Amino acid sequence: MATLKELAKVEERFVGGHRLCAGCGHGISVRMVLNAAEDANVVVGCATGCLEVASTIYPYTAWNCSFIHSAFENAGATISGVEAAYKSLKKQGKIDKDFKFVAFGGDGGTYDIGFQSLSGAMERGHNIVYVCLDNEAYMNTGIQRSSATPMGADTTTSPAGKVVPGKQQPRKDLTAIMAAHNIPYAAQTAISNWQDVHRKAKKAFDVEGPAFINILSPCPRGWRYNTPDIVELVKKAVETRFWPMYEVENGKWKLNYKPKKYVPIEEFLKPQGRFRHLFAPGNEHVIKAIQKEVDERWLALLERCGETPELPPK
Amino acid sequence: MTPFNRNFGQGGTRKAISPDMNWRELTKAGNIYEPGNSASYETGDWRTIRPVWNKDRCIHCLICWRYCPDASIISTDGKFDSFDYKHCKGCGICAKVCPVHAIDMFSEDEIDRQEEASKNEK
Amino acid sequence: MKNKVAITGNEAVAQAMKQINPDVVAAYPITPQTEVVQIFSSFVSNGQVDTEFVTVESEHSAMSAAIGASAAGARAMTATSSQGLALMFEMVYIASSLRLPIVFPVVNRALSGPINIHCDHSDAMGVKDAGVIQLFSENAQEAYDNMIQAVRIAEHPDVLLPVSVNFDGFITSHALDVLEVLDDETVKNFVGQYQPEEYLLDAQNPVSMGNFDMYDFYFEHKRQQVAAMEAAKKVIEEVGKEYEAISGRKYGLVDAYRLDDAEMAVVVLNSAAGSAKGVVDELREKGLKVGVLKPRVFRPFPFEAVQDALKKVKAVAVLDRAETFSTLGGPMFADVRTALYDLKNDIKVINYVYGLGGRDLRLEDVEKVFDDLANIVKSGRADKFVNYLGLRE
Repeated sequence: MATLKELAKVEERFVGGHRLCAGCGHGISVRMVLNAAEDANVVVGCATGCLEVASTIYPYTAWNCSFIHSAFENAGATISGVEAAYKSLKKQGKIDKDFKFVAFGGDGGTYDIGFQSLSGAMERGHNIVYVCLDNEAYMNTGIQRSSATPMGADTTTSPAGKVVPGKQQPRKDLTAIMAAHNIPYAAQTAISNWQDVHRKAKKAFDVEGPAFINILSPCPRGWRYNTPDIVELVKKAVETRFWPMYEVENGKWKLNYKPKKYVPIEEFLKPQGRFRHLFAPGNEHVIKAIQKEVDERWLALLERCGETPELPPK
Repeated sequence: MTPFNRNFGQGGTRKAISPDMNWRELTKAGNIYEPGNSASYETGDWRTIRPVWNKDRCIHCLICWRYCPDASIISTDGKFDSFDYKHCKGCGICAKVCPVHAIDMFSEDEIDRQEEASKNEK
Repeated sequence: MKNKVAITGNEAVAQAMKQINPDVVAAYPITPQTEVVQIFSSFVSNGQVDTEFVTVESEHSAMSAAIGASAAGARAMTATSSQGLALMFEMVYIASSLRLPIVFPVVNRALSGPINIHCDHSDAMGVKDAGVIQLFSENAQEAYDNMIQAVRIAEHPDVLLPVSVNFDGFITSHALDVLEVLDDETVKNFVGQYQPEEYLLDAQNPVSMGNFDMYDFYFEHKRQQVAAMEAAKKVIEEVGKEYEAISGRKYGLVDAYRLDDAEMAVVVLNSAAGSAKGVVDELREKGLKVGVLKPRVFRPFPFEAVQDALKKVKAVAVLDRAETFSTLGGPMFADVRTALYDLKNDIKVINYVYGLGGRDLRLEDVEKVFDDLANIVKSGRADKFVNYLGLRE
């Protein structure tokens, strides 16, 4: 594992001057992922979303490498086309340099509108990396719920009202769905553990064939927490087992981190404004339901990873 | 031939693209030929709080570099060098993640007032 | 060397694609285009092309992958019909705005609903304002010839726009036709090698494409697209002349058939032009001064050529194989009428919508149109602008 001293010497591929909000998780995640490509030639694809609109405002680009955005729901297909071109031109001797390909999409562009395009790209086996920057809602249009939004969250299309206490449905488990494509590598990671992000990104770039990484990428505006606390908050997502770090390599599931003790979900929910209403009297049942969902998914994950099942304390 | 200058952005005589240029002078399809040129767009004026480096405490672990969303921690030879105040938006993450509290956040207004005061003293 | 062959329109187009030997094809099957994809797949499987064939999961992804490939520096193609083109619409618009020279056959078929698999032009007309060059083909020969020329038109440095090659579903795509195909070497030399000015896989010169334009730049970039469309008219004619030199077949912006001294004309796209020409030949024998104008290029709209071809006629009927539901008739009607307006020759221009959902255009239908035109010329009056041909009233 390279040290930060070494990694800081790698050329920066996502430079300052982009217009992401102060403290946006995307800036951190993208820098970590691209840093792991080291000195390779990289083509970045991007779905429409916060990252794309903030990083390519003409005539400025924050991408210190080739970059393409075409639309919202098709980052998977667009980067497949780039990769197919590379294969074809390389085979014919029309180009000689090696390249790596990575596409970034938010949870909107990945879990929802871009789901089909991503699934197709994974199934076809292109040699690409797809990174989902999951901030758990459509932030670019102003915090609307997505299928990645956790149960109970207050968003502008699942507002916490007098009758309905925020989003009614639990999250879609996209990482597991991607793993079910039987691709060489699928992983879920969190920026609170930069070594884990780096290792997974590096592996994703290195494997032959498609790789998928899901990164929890908090949005200070949408989640309404104290901006500087981002790493602490993500750590809580991991410690409460809300966002487990795991990887599936050639069909083998592996848990990368097991919290030492049982931390209740309230620890993750409490610092965030989007869950504030859940702590009002009468909404206890929602927190219970979220906890139940988290516990069940954790147990299922332990089983898939061949770990000893643990039961939540009574 | 259309009058559109398609070499714009690739030749040696280009000037920076600006909103007063007509359609023939702009790059084709809005392509950008200078990778990472957002470096010349300054976001530093977004900042309301400023990170300030405490040299004596810094252990050069570069955790701050790792977690800066704006690539605004400049490192040299694997060591902390300086803040890029032209781009730092003052999010405060670096100060928070620093394990030895070598970064302090100060109000920009306060810094301005102090600078003003010291100028007046001179 | 030229070879006469008996093949279908789809086979002819697949054959052209094989000879062009694109770097990447991304396509999704849809009736009546399916054969194009199937036949081309066999060329890939048998190593007859260098193409990387991306078997996408939808037409939206087909054009998206073609965009990625073209931006990366490849000569890229797709192919579609009907709903596929409708699903692709967003990306057709973006391919044009990114100025990517993607060539794609469109095997014309009616749009749902109700679902219908047969020919009309509602699919093509749906993208007429998306910034894509649209070539139309009367038969398999023209579809084949247009495909090969499309590559040169699309990739011309003054143009750099996607080009669609339209031909009629089933009527042209599935009917056996006798046509002349060029030999592989001739096509290879004619299309040459694609040399993009900037591309994603240029390691020395990275480029950022598909960037975010605000109100300070977007308008100017749209204007550039218009300039490219304008330039395309000249390029299409130049490429047509070059193609004539290798094929002996003439191609311009429009095909004016027996219009020199005509008093009455029909304007019609694709295969129906063949029927109309047949009727014109018959009527000419009876001494009627009639002719046919078949636009080969619908976008950019060749209004100068249309004006030139029709300036001496007294009455024109525009036959549209698509509705606009504007209550102002079909899409081509509006354009032809606009083109003729400034001539101030008091040319009567009327519209017939025909053949929707694959309904045949019978020779009697075309004869009726010329009858109507004769009455208009006689009376000097055209009362009904929008008419339906072959419809049970």
